[in-house]
Amino acid sequence: MRTRTGQLLPFTLLLPSIVFLAILILVPLIQAVVLSVVTEDGAFSLENFQRMLADTNVSDAWRNTFLLLVLIVPLQVALALAIALLINSRFRGHRWFFLIYTLPLAVSDLAAGLLWLAAFTERGYLNSLLQSADVITQPVLWLSFDSFGGLVAAIVIAESWRTTAMVLLILVAGLELIPRDFLETAELFGASRLRRTVHVVLPLLRPSLQSALIIRTIFAFQTFAVVLALAGRNLPVLAGEAYRWYATNQDEHIAAAYAVFILALSIAGVIVYLGLLPRHREPELQQ
Amino acid sequence: MTARVLDRTLIYACAAVVAIWVLIPFYLIAISAFTPQSNVADYPKPLIPTAVSVGTLQLFMESSGIVPATLNSLVAAALTVVVGLALGAPAAYALARFRFRGREVFRAAVFVTRMFPIAILAIPLAVIFVRLGLYDSLISVALVHTAMALPFVILIVGAAFVAVPHDAEEAAETLGCSRWGAFLRVALPPAAPGLAAAAIFAFVISWNEVFAASILTVRTRTLPAQVLASLSTSPLALKLVAGFVMVLPAVVFIVLIRKYVRLAWGPR
Repeated sequence: MRTRTGQLLPFTLLLPSIVFLAILILVPLIQAVVLSVVTEDGAFSLENFQRMLADTNVSDAWRNTFLLLVLIVPLQVALALAIALLINSRFRGHRWFFLIYTLPLAVSDLAAGLLWLAAFTERGYLNSLLQSADVITQPVLWLSFDSFGGLVAAIVIAESWRTTAMVLLILVAGLELIPRDFLETAELFGASRLRRTVHVVLPLLRPSLQSALIIRTIFAFQTFAVVLALAGRNLPVLAGEAYRWYATNQDEHIAAAYAVFILALSIAGVIVYLGLLPRHREPELQQ
Repeated sequence: MTARVLDRTLIYACAAVVAIWVLIPFYLIAISAFTPQSNVADYPKPLIPTAVSVGTLQLFMESSGIVPATLNSLVAAALTVVVGLALGAPAAYALARFRFRGREVFRAAVFVTRMFPIAILAIPLAVIFVRLGLYDSLISVALVHTAMALPFVILIVGAAFVAVPHDAEEAAETLGCSRWGAFLRVALPPAAPGLAAAAIFAFVISWNEVFAASILTVRTRTLPAQVLASLSTSPLALKLVAGFVMVLPAVVFIVLIRKYVRLAWGPR
């Protein structure tokens, strides 16, 4: 491209965004770490982490967050992959179906919880349906404080429903990058649809799968409002505890310790994925 | 031939099942929101409503704090749109038009910042805003929402500018337009739908955001923050109406910008 305008203009145009994002990401990131390792009077101490670990909710919060992550992320990636392959078969009207499938993208985590609350609440539509079909004789308390399985299932369903749309967008865009003639060549050589999918599509989709897994895992560590909407305080999660320590207990240092904990888990998650799914090699079409 | 028909039937059956799975919660929240007050406690509830009323919706809008919270949400979202476009559109233009050192680094940074970790950053940001005297203000909420929306604005607007052939701009300059004039008259008009789509996307991000808004405000709550704060005290019927009211505009907006939505989470 031309250089006539000089090299200065693009940087001038980018500078406001760079400065803005640096201030709103890097500064609070450092501030979070600082807050978590100093006490009220400003002295360095690991006391905040000790108090966080001594909190009665911390082990539940950590366990629940992790449980939701290992249930939701694989489920939704598998679901999104199946739907993406369906869309990518480009059947007549696939664009309209794709539009419907992306609608949950507009739904916040809080709203998703409330939408599914209509289904799972005591006198909700799930119980109504089951009762009308004579499967149950009285409403089941899916979201009761002592029904851990029901609470987890409801949150897994609501959060998978909401965020599968995002993974779907990533995977459909990834599928579109795969040259059609790769598939046509494979078909010409007699590869079945299943073999084409496993040996051509999936290896080429690996970068998209990897970014989908990383993005969803980082967001899963921050699961918050969907849990509060469906389970209230009966199912503590890490982000919910950070919120509680800041807003209710007004202790910004322990809240920051939770934030740093979430940060450490997110970094660990990214490292695990980059290690598990190394950069893909060139596909071996001639197999 | 029959195998083909079978194949096609299977594809449409699968597509329909997924569509029903996606649409059901929208349907349930809509019929919940329009259930008359007198039928709220009915059980079992009919899946096709027998009576429809806006009474519960009215009650929700009249309950304390909802109207000001809705106005706060609109102001925060509007600020997010304005600041997001003011910062993001020039950056998008730079990425679309110029090759320069560090371009790839910046593009990668844009992709990474889509994962803005709000649960990690909201608490230190609140502490910073308290020191700056900005705590519990819509400005602080809008600044954080802008940071969340900015990478998406850059991606969507950038795609719009890439689609405008830059020969046209050069031709305009050759014919005597200034650099700025060529941009305004040649590059900007065809990119306008992309700018509008980015504005709507930024609006939806702000309208939906709950964690930062809850942490950063006490009295100046946005609608999601207000709904979250009253979750444990408000009656079920009003919670469901709240879900409906929050979802409806966002869904309408996403349908409006359907052609651009795929850019938001596209690969590099």
